[in-house]
Amino acid sequence: MTIPPSPHRPDDVERIAAAAVAPTERFAARTSGMVASEIRALFAVASRPEVVSLAGGMPNLAALPLDSLAAEIGDLVAREGQVALQYGSAQGVPALREQICDVMAEEGIQADPNDVVVTVGSQMALDLVTRLFCDPGDVVLAEGPSYVGALGSFAAYQAQVVHVAMDADGLVPELLEEALRSLAAQGITPKFLYTIPNFHNPAGVTMAVARRQRVLELCAEFGVGVVEDNPYGLLGFSGVRYPALRSLDRSVIYLGSFSKTFASGLRVGWAVVPPAVRDRLVLAAESATLCPPSFTQMVVSRYLEKQDWRAQVKTFTEQYRERRDAMLAALETYLPAGCTWTVPDGGFYVWLTLPEGVDAKAMLPRAVTARVAYASGTGFYADGYGSRQLRLSYCYPTPERITEGVRRLAGVIETELEVRRTFGLPASSAELRRGSHTPSPDTA
Amino acid sequence: MAVLAGGLSHEREVSLRSGRRLAGSLRAAGLEVREWDADATLIARLRSERPDAAIVALHGGEGENGAIQAVLELLGVPYVGTTSTACRRAWDKPTAKAELARAGLHTPDWVALPHTTFRELGAQAVLDAMVDRLGLPLMLKPDQGGSALGAQVVRAAADLPAAMVSCLAYADTVLAERFVRGTEVAVSVVHDGAEPRALPPIEVEAPGGVYDYTARYTPGATTFHSPVRLSADTVALLERTALEAHALLGLRDVSRMDAVVDDEGRVQILEVNVSPGLTDTSLLPMAVTAEGSDLGAVFAALVERSVSRETLSAPR
Repeated sequence: MTIPPSPHRPDDVERIAAAAVAPTERFAARTSGMVASEIRALFAVASRPEVVSLAGGMPNLAALPLDSLAAEIGDLVAREGQVALQYGSAQGVPALREQICDVMAEEGIQADPNDVVVTVGSQMALDLVTRLFCDPGDVVLAEGPSYVGALGSFAAYQAQVVHVAMDADGLVPELLEEALRSLAAQGITPKFLYTIPNFHNPAGVTMAVARRQRVLELCAEFGVGVVEDNPYGLLGFSGVRYPALRSLDRSVIYLGSFSKTFASGLRVGWAVVPPAVRDRLVLAAESATLCPPSFTQMVVSRYLEKQDWRAQVKTFTEQYRERRDAMLAALETYLPAGCTWTVPDGGFYVWLTLPEGVDAKAMLPRAVTARVAYASGTGFYADGYGSRQLRLSYCYPTPERITEGVRRLAGVIETELEVRRTFGLPASSAELRRGSHTPSPDTA
Repeated sequence: MAVLAGGLSHEREVSLRSGRRLAGSLRAAGLEVREWDADATLIARLRSERPDAAIVALHGGEGENGAIQAVLELLGVPYVGTTSTACRRAWDKPTAKAELARAGLHTPDWVALPHTTFRELGAQAVLDAMVDRLGLPLMLKPDQGGSALGAQVVRAAADLPAAMVSCLAYADTVLAERFVRGTEVAVSVVHDGAEPRALPPIEVEAPGGVYDYTARYTPGATTFHSPVRLSADTVALLERTALEAHALLGLRDVSRMDAVVDDEGRVQILEVNVSPGLTDTSLLPMAVTAEGSDLGAVFAALVERSVSRETLSAPR
């Protein structure tokens, strides 16, 4: 067989390839929202040490016992390397699934290890659950504001998000009912309610115990599923353990994670699903990754088995409480009139509302120039709300850096208010509420 | 070879992308390249590793206002790009525009005012005067910086106050410019041979007519035309203008002129960049490709020039 001579010289190949259809023209329509943004560009600066970043949600791993972990991991590879470095079950390592049930029992959840599906972080569980339930155009209910990673998953599957507002006690059942009725009147049944009941990201509030049953009843009444995302549940500051929604209703899909209670870099999370959902979820997981990494699952399993993980969670919690206190004290001391914020009883975040008219996203370049960064509020809404809000995280910087960051932020807000006054734009009204007594995260 | 990229300006992300692209092209051209951030370790690295030359791929702030260039001059490190003195002049948009206009080149009518002027004289009166003189729509830009960060088109007078506030979040002074309709074109200049030469112009067709940050850095968002859809005379005029602006502002080695060819065929210079973007979606690399050249080869020649320049001027 002879190969016909090429009509082109080899160095023409690149030019011909360039002249063909650009790969960007073959992108799927659902990726049209994945574009470069000024805001993301500014975050490149936030990663520099000169900037106090109150933007990210990185857990503080400083308190982890690295030496003993290293020894355990070394031993794991030496003794069980043939298993740890091999493919595993699509549903996850059986021993770990049993241990996950013990962890969840701390929050009142009774689950069968067979209903646990281990995922690459709970983000993957969220992605798979959305993939299972949402066709393009389907409606999902979520708190307003909501976790940006969840909004990203919903957008990727072209689901529509309808936000339901919160107050200091979390999701407001009356507003949930209103939303459900309004959608029902349009003939729409949302696929599920996505909720973060404990120490909400980004709002910092917790759903009152009395509301939990009502939220479940409403969803049942309207035939709407519930997806409970609970990465921070064990990181409460007051010692109160809030009952997980899953502990009140076994039909709830529950998402858990070791990212905040152990190590985020291992990317081990899980979903607990009703048996009717489980098999399809496992098939979806298999098509995504074949199986979650055996190695990181076994590291977590060893850690839970050999270390006093409850004491470690307590250590983390104490650190975060100290940082939360530093942030609240600095906010009280430095922020100008017209700012209000939530008081978290656990987790990583404070949700700040700026004086009327101030746009957190438009103010961000000024903040970056002043060497402080935050996450502006609109990113936590699917519908453009949240321009007056921003999220401050206290999980990673030291208390001293938090104080300095808030001091810088206060200066930025003062300057922004001054510029707004110059241009005759409404600043905050005079009787200006200030402080932590008006914590509604959604005033938009 | 040290490629300096990153820094602490608002354009850090763009600079890192420029640095990555440039470093990759230089390595492909056979040079040994280090990528260094402009941080507290930079001077120690420059002293200890003594690169043959540095290429400033920093955008905004220290990378373009002459500061990093002054440090390189202090340390006697040869570098590709404009000198610190010329950077200082060209980087400030109102200063550069004034020089271009004085030399008879066209640039859209403008006014540059700091926040304090609006505060002290009354913002509404100043804004009214601005609109009377420049008309609407208006282009608002921070007086310094690039990548269209903070730049916006204002179409109604009622939107001006809010637009001023967001523009002033990037800088203390706002440059307000008459909005010019026409064909948006970029012409890059490189001095890799005996004389500076203009690369083929690239026509920019941005979605919605606004070449903003998203349009600049999202692959596929903007349509580029090369050759441009303009007459040969206009192309010649564009190239002549870019070379003239390059010389007039005292720029060295490399620059890029952004301009609009207006309805009367005049080349209206929007700005001249001392540190043109080198990212995958940037205009200078596109022009190099359009010419059939290679980015690595062009910059390798610029590096050679910078080294021989330093050798010639070094005290004996």
